[in-house]
Amino acid sequence: MGEKFARQWWWKVLSILCVAYAITGGFLIEVPQRFILNESIRNLYFHVPMWFTMIVLLATSAVNAIQFLASNNIKYDIISIEAANTGTLFGIMGISTGMLWGKFTWGAWWVNDPKLNGVAIALLIYMAYFVLRSALDDQDKKAKISSVYNIFSFAILIPLIYVLPRLTDSLHPGSGGNPAFNQYDLDNTMRLVFYPACIGWILLGVWIFSLKTRISLLKQKKIFSE
Amino acid sequence: MTYITIILNYIALLIISEAPEMALELRSSGKIYVVVGVLVIIFIGILTYLIHIDKKISKLEK
Repeated sequence: MGEKFARQWWWKVLSILCVAYAITGGFLIEVPQRFILNESIRNLYFHVPMWFTMIVLLATSAVNAIQFLASNNIKYDIISIEAANTGTLFGIMGISTGMLWGKFTWGAWWVNDPKLNGVAIALLIYMAYFVLRSALDDQDKKAKISSVYNIFSFAILIPLIYVLPRLTDSLHPGSGGNPAFNQYDLDNTMRLVFYPACIGWILLGVWIFSLKTRISLLKQKKIFSE
Repeated sequence: MTYITIILNYIALLIISEAPEMALELRSSGKIYVVVGVLVIIFIGILTYLIHIDKKISKLEK
């Protein structure tokens, strides 16, 4: 589906509209009044979509790693690395916005919370993926070894951020118990901005990733034609 | 009965006066639009850049 989709404009326009709505509506539409959170509750519209974007991109990366191993087509490896690149960028934005938010609501830049530690470990695992890639010179070997590593790191990422934090109590909302059934976590007026914000940021992340991939594929083509 | 209503009203007033602090002043003075305006300008800038890159890559692909 990739190449055609990457050149289409409708989903890019949708992403622009959604993010534009999120950064205007996110500040102008009323939010529930809560102690401690106060106006910082609006961070939900920006901090959480970063993580969703990261998950989507890292999942894309893992899927393409599998496809590379199945087909041995270097194109999938290029897609995989660029998705991991962009995904990690959004992960870093998620963790830094989370730290800033935590400083003013929990009182510390970092707390030893299972969700926070899990995500820090997950990001470090992906950092190691980039180190691994840059350490190998031979392109086929690089693609093969890092694809296998990529699949494993995604398989670890999911329990680290979605399973383990739910098994214990956590300061972080959405952890502890089953957040999908927790109607108290998200107010209905907030959903009106939150869902479009998620769609918008995910698509924006995919857009950046698609641009990076197209550049890398062009470079690859150039190497082969020379 | 009336005493109970008065007491309840008093409690309600107490609760209202202790509502979480929100940036109401920022909203009523309209300065919040300045913040939103700045964000929109930054967003437009980034978008122009992204669209520019996208078009450039499309040209190179041909």
